[in-house]
Amino acid sequence: MMDALFFYLFATLVLGGAILTVTRRNAVHSAISLIVSLIGVAGLYLLQQAEFLFAVQIVLYVGGIMVLFLFVIMLVNLDQAAKQRRFNRQWWIALLCVTAVGVEIAYFVRKGASAFSMARPPVAAVANAGGNTEQIADVLFRQYLLPFEIASVLLLVAVVGSVVMAKKRI
Amino acid sequence: MSGPPLAWYLILSAVLFALGVAGFLFRKSIITIFMSIELMLNAVNLSFVAFSYQLKQVNGHVFAFFVMVVAAAEAAVGLAIIVTVFKNRETLNVDEVDSMKY
Amino acid sequence: MNFFLLSVLKAAVVAFVLLTTLAYLQWVERKVIAHIQVRMGPYRVGPHGLLQPLADVIKLITKEELIPPHVNKFMYLLAPFLAVTMALVSISVIPFGTEIHVFGTPTWMQLTDLNVGLLFILAVSSMGVYGIALGGWASNNKYSLLGGLRSSAQMISYELPLSIAIASPLLLVNTLSLREIVQAQTGSIIHWNILRWPAPQIVSFLVFLIAGFAETNRVPFDLPEAENELVAGFHTEYSSMKFAAFFMAEYANMVTVSCMTAILFLGGWQPLFSPAWGSNFVPTLIFTAGGLIAIYHGLNPARKLDRITLPVTGVVFLLVGALFLVPAAQNALIPLFWFAAKVGAVLFLYIWVRGTLPRFRYDQLMRFAWKVLFPVALANLLVTGLVVALW
Repeated sequence: MMDALFFYLFATLVLGGAILTVTRRNAVHSAISLIVSLIGVAGLYLLQQAEFLFAVQIVLYVGGIMVLFLFVIMLVNLDQAAKQRRFNRQWWIALLCVTAVGVEIAYFVRKGASAFSMARPPVAAVANAGGNTEQIADVLFRQYLLPFEIASVLLLVAVVGSVVMAKKRI
Repeated sequence: MSGPPLAWYLILSAVLFALGVAGFLFRKSIITIFMSIELMLNAVNLSFVAFSYQLKQVNGHVFAFFVMVVAAAEAAVGLAIIVTVFKNRETLNVDEVDSMKY
Repeated sequence: MNFFLLSVLKAAVVAFVLLTTLAYLQWVERKVIAHIQVRMGPYRVGPHGLLQPLADVIKLITKEELIPPHVNKFMYLLAPFLAVTMALVSISVIPFGTEIHVFGTPTWMQLTDLNVGLLFILAVSSMGVYGIALGGWASNNKYSLLGGLRSSAQMISYELPLSIAIASPLLLVNTLSLREIVQAQTGSIIHWNILRWPAPQIVSFLVFLIAGFAETNRVPFDLPEAENELVAGFHTEYSSMKFAAFFMAEYANMVTVSCMTAILFLGGWQPLFSPAWGSNFVPTLIFTAGGLIAIYHGLNPARKLDRITLPVTGVVFLLVGALFLVPAAQNALIPLFWFAAKVGAVLFLYIWVRGTLPRFRYDQLMRFAWKVLFPVALANLLVTGLVVALW
């Protein structure tokens, strides 16, 4: 009962934020709506006992990436852009694509319904021996060590790339 | 205490993804397009975590974690590109950024 | 007593104590800075200006609510409350002391203990930047915008060394729950993380402290509100309670960072040396000494009023000292005393630095974060990890 209530609350945050992100004219307003949406997603993580991902979502997305977004929006003055048309010219193609994607996802969810007990709530909690963070650390550093290292190299490349791009002369 | 069923999360995730696609295709400003990509990534993460909760293991969490790392890298590079584009052409409208060499 | 009622009671007590501390922290700061600069500081309202915070609160509440016409109204009103909320929320996972009994029910001197408590604090404090950045943007004023931009760049940059500095003591204690972090440091000063064998965290302590100064926008890193270049920075356009909210957020952040320093590096509520050597008598000794000095000065008064006020203060101090000897109260008060002493020491350091150091230039600030603090923190983490793994 409580869980369903919280689910609806966070789902409202997520969807409301997402809709506003897509429709607001002002880029700062869009960014704020996206932050609300991301916080809603973090709440849903917490609801599913993913405490570590909850913290990472807030620290990384809300506290890091979105601050960068806001920073860039404030840096590039978009006053004149705000007065232009919001949507581009091929809106009907876009609408077609969105409908296609929606139908496709709905179809596959329906098709795969038998593989999972979709309608029944999951019975027991994730085995919480030692907490979610420790479990993730175990899996991450044992099973997924190579992807982890590759991800760190990717981050390094991203750092170097963005510095090269943003700097006038090196 | 048992949470809401898996289908709820998947439907939410699907709607969120469709919204992201809509934003990506409809909007003109590069920054908003970027934000729509973040929305899509979050939709995927949400379904990862939902499946992970259903299957009682944390591999899905690890995947979501990797997605976030990639999103961070993408945001850093992407925003650097945006700043450079704006410096060179004074516009962030995708329709106007249509030539490779300026 | 049921859980719900107890939680409400604890929340009320913590909120009351925290808000009073915030108000009086400002008084302490003004006094200490004044004495550093050989001035008197606030002196007119109440004895030694003790009622000054109260007067300030009344002034700020009764001031006219001014909303400039050119601002983005919604964001402008949202920003200060976002800032103060984010600053106050993190206090909810900070443990102040050990387990106590309230009307026979055992409970911890902590609002709630999360098993990801530390990550929670990091998460909440990383959201604190929005209050400042949005406030600066919504004010629609170039000085405010520059202040907001500076603060977001500064806080993102300094969050990295801060987080890495936190990670190295975590390698020693193996937990993210703040309560367990303190419990892992049981014993005298050599068991605290700052001096703990085999990997003393002095370097990481210093990095954390410096990055904490930058995160709270305090001198020498108060670039976002540098008054000689940016008028008042991000809060140029704010007045009355909205200004007070930003002000409170800054002080609440200071308190949080000080609490974190005490918990992570200075052993939280653990005493300086073991109770077997009589550390339980330290608070009594300190308060008795303070009381005796006050009574002595009261007997040889410099002014007429001192003949009454100083002995009264002395007797109050003696009573508080005696309270620390009551066995029933000892269990709760002594951990609280040590925790408050450590937090107070760090807060004093904050004020001391403000009275001593000049402000950084902006490029110096960024260079310092990325070229000094970040590599040092990373190297420290590497060495700590190696030592912990090989030991």
